[in-house]
Amino acid sequence: MDAILLQILNGLDKGAAYALIALGLTLIFGTLGVVNFAHGALFMLGAFCAVTVGKLLKYETVKLDPTQTTPWGSPAEIRTPIVEEWFGDFGALMIDYSVPFSILFAIPIMLLLGVLMERGLIRFFYKRPHADQILVTFGLAIVVQEIIKSQFGANPIPQAAPALLAGSADLGAVLGFDPGTVVYPYWRIIYLLFSALIIGIVFAFLQFTTYGMVVRAGMADRETVGLLGINIQKRFTVVFGMAAVVAGLAGVMYTPILPPDYHMGMDFLVLSFVVVVVGGMGSLPGAVAAGFLLGILQSFASMNEVKNILPGIDQIIIYLIAVVILLVRPRGLMGRKGVMES
Amino acid sequence: MSLFDDKFSRRGVLKTGLVGAAAATAPFHFVRGASAADYLNMPKGKSVTFGFNVPQTGAYADEGADELRAYKLAVQHINGEGDGGMLNTFSSKALKGDGVNGKKVEFVTGDTQTKSDAARASAKRMIEKDGAIMITGGSSSGVAIAVQGLCQEAGVIFMAGLTHSNDTTGKDKKANGFRHFFNTEMTGAALAPVLKNNFGTDRTAYHLTADYTWGWSQEGSIKKYTEKLGWKTAAAVRTPLGAGDFSQYITPVLNSGADVLVLNHYGKDMVNSLTQAVQFGLRDKQVNGKDFAIVVPLYSRLMAQGAGKNVQGIYGSTGWHWSLTDEGSKAFVKSFGKAYGFPPSQAAHTCYVQALLYADACQRAGSFAPCDVLKALEGFKFDGMGNGPTEYRAEDHQCFKDVLVVKGKENPTSKFDVLEVVEVTPRAQVEYPADLLGGELGSCNNGA
Repeated sequence: MDAILLQILNGLDKGAAYALIALGLTLIFGTLGVVNFAHGALFMLGAFCAVTVGKLLKYETVKLDPTQTTPWGSPAEIRTPIVEEWFGDFGALMIDYSVPFSILFAIPIMLLLGVLMERGLIRFFYKRPHADQILVTFGLAIVVQEIIKSQFGANPIPQAAPALLAGSADLGAVLGFDPGTVVYPYWRIIYLLFSALIIGIVFAFLQFTTYGMVVRAGMADRETVGLLGINIQKRFTVVFGMAAVVAGLAGVMYTPILPPDYHMGMDFLVLSFVVVVVGGMGSLPGAVAAGFLLGILQSFASMNEVKNILPGIDQIIIYLIAVVILLVRPRGLMGRKGVMES
Repeated sequence: MSLFDDKFSRRGVLKTGLVGAAAATAPFHFVRGASAADYLNMPKGKSVTFGFNVPQTGAYADEGADELRAYKLAVQHINGEGDGGMLNTFSSKALKGDGVNGKKVEFVTGDTQTKSDAARASAKRMIEKDGAIMITGGSSSGVAIAVQGLCQEAGVIFMAGLTHSNDTTGKDKKANGFRHFFNTEMTGAALAPVLKNNFGTDRTAYHLTADYTWGWSQEGSIKKYTEKLGWKTAAAVRTPLGAGDFSQYITPVLNSGADVLVLNHYGKDMVNSLTQAVQFGLRDKQVNGKDFAIVVPLYSRLMAQGAGKNVQGIYGSTGWHWSLTDEGSKAFVKSFGKAYGFPPSQAAHTCYVQALLYADACQRAGSFAPCDVLKALEGFKFDGMGNGPTEYRAEDHQCFKDVLVVKGKENPTSKFDVLEVVEVTPRAQVEYPADLLGGELGSCNNGA
């Protein structure tokens, strides 16, 4: 039972990342009708916002110590982070909390990048076939990841969770199991709660604000909303920016779980597309539900008991489910009737 | 009178015609080799071209960049530029700093992308288009085996870069291929005594293994040597290469009864799985009254930097480390550090040494012909290259030398200072019979 609970937690955690990326993908597809293969790159760029903030906070002054030399004969360097020199303990605290602190930096950056991407490139492809959209956004994703690689290198760059949250919670004791049997990292629990909060904010924005209502109306019938004198295009641009922010924040908070590298966006992109298809193209609740569902199924498929019966199932389960869903219910779990069915 | 009576028969003319047609349509390099040279890409001018095939893009691009830095340094030293590096400490004094066999060394580069097909294509291009006399480099066993096969077919020498699978000089060994780096069999032999001293003989191990040739090889070797110690194996789970999030593979370890986790992962997989194992509290866990232990059989300092503090106190093996204090290592670290401002990695070391060893063999053979170079390398004993007295075993073209057992450093003094050497395992302890890993060398190919 404890093993099952742990896999559910793993699945929810993984599903949370899928859901956040898929949510943005669905928002863009639902509003602009664009299949955005650069969305994984936005997730990666969010992660690199955290890397950048971490690097800025750890920017060091270098003093040479002539009394000590490196093995190649130059004087040894004494490095001290500038924020620690300036702010003392508060500076050290800022470095410790660099990942949560990055959120403040990532929101405007990702919004700006999203708007620039939409205005600068994507809008020219609204009326082009989906194949063209996929090609250009995929190309953009490759360009972005190569730029990141040239600046940050190819190796993963670890980002630590704050020291206070670096350990694990013994959920076994809380849930009535033997102590030590259900141990789960604090940061993964925080990631799950953070994802739920972001998903809640996006849904509340769309459901309970006038702006969100107009966006939803535009998603349902763009032409009629335009006839009412509303500039729906402008709002959709903001929605693109919002989707970029959601992907970016997912990336920022994921950095202590997975040390970011230039390729992490691609790793998540394909799976997130499968999530969107399974959930139903254009369905926001579908994207979220499918994200969590596929995350959990993938975790269970990785259990030794399952792999012993079906070797390799952990690597194909998501695609297998997608095939079944597309065969049985082409519009996805919660997709609108008619979408992908004609 | 017939045209075909005495001297010519119709069958004879047809045969001659067919042979002529076959010769005319044969690939250019066969013809060139047969008519104008004793071997493929025989250098005719004042220079000779080496082919450096390293990952310049992809997951191991940083390791590839370090390999390329080392090769450039080796070329400088062979040509008599710079401070000479390990040529000053190398036991063979054949190279005089004036190139090889009177020819200046030049080089071309290829990008393996850490993909077998791309690596073969770039090696082929360097051999056929750029006239490379040899190919060296790489950062993956899959790539090394693929390129080694290509070099054997083409008829050039392959000096492997970073490849750790037993198969490279085991079941997939080739006469034209040579490996300086150690392998998983040696890792097992070197690590086992250290694991016994630190964790005892009553342990249960849980393996997470990258699902490809190197991972299987590493898992097999560690299981073999730890089970000899008396350790049990709770499970050996294969994980997809580049899985990213390993949480679903790590959580079953928690309640498996195992008290040691062996991560048969390299590169990004190692960074991720180790980071996540530590996050799940495995390093601080107690099982059966014993402290839980994590083991990373193959360390790379470049990768260990990526795992940050998570490597602290965790044991593994490595081919070479810049903190070694023998004269050869000091000379190399000094040259490399002066040129680039930071210490070299083990990948840089093995590639630098391979380039010097190849050049030295050509010089001693007085030829670049692969079969002559092969004879000069087979059974060659040398010292002063950073791993103590070393031998290129003739039977499998595997170098035998000391292996380092290292531990993640508890109090690093710089970002390069992440590993500390806990034991230099002597060569005798990691040697094994030549037929243990199977395979046939076959015969050397001059490509002509």
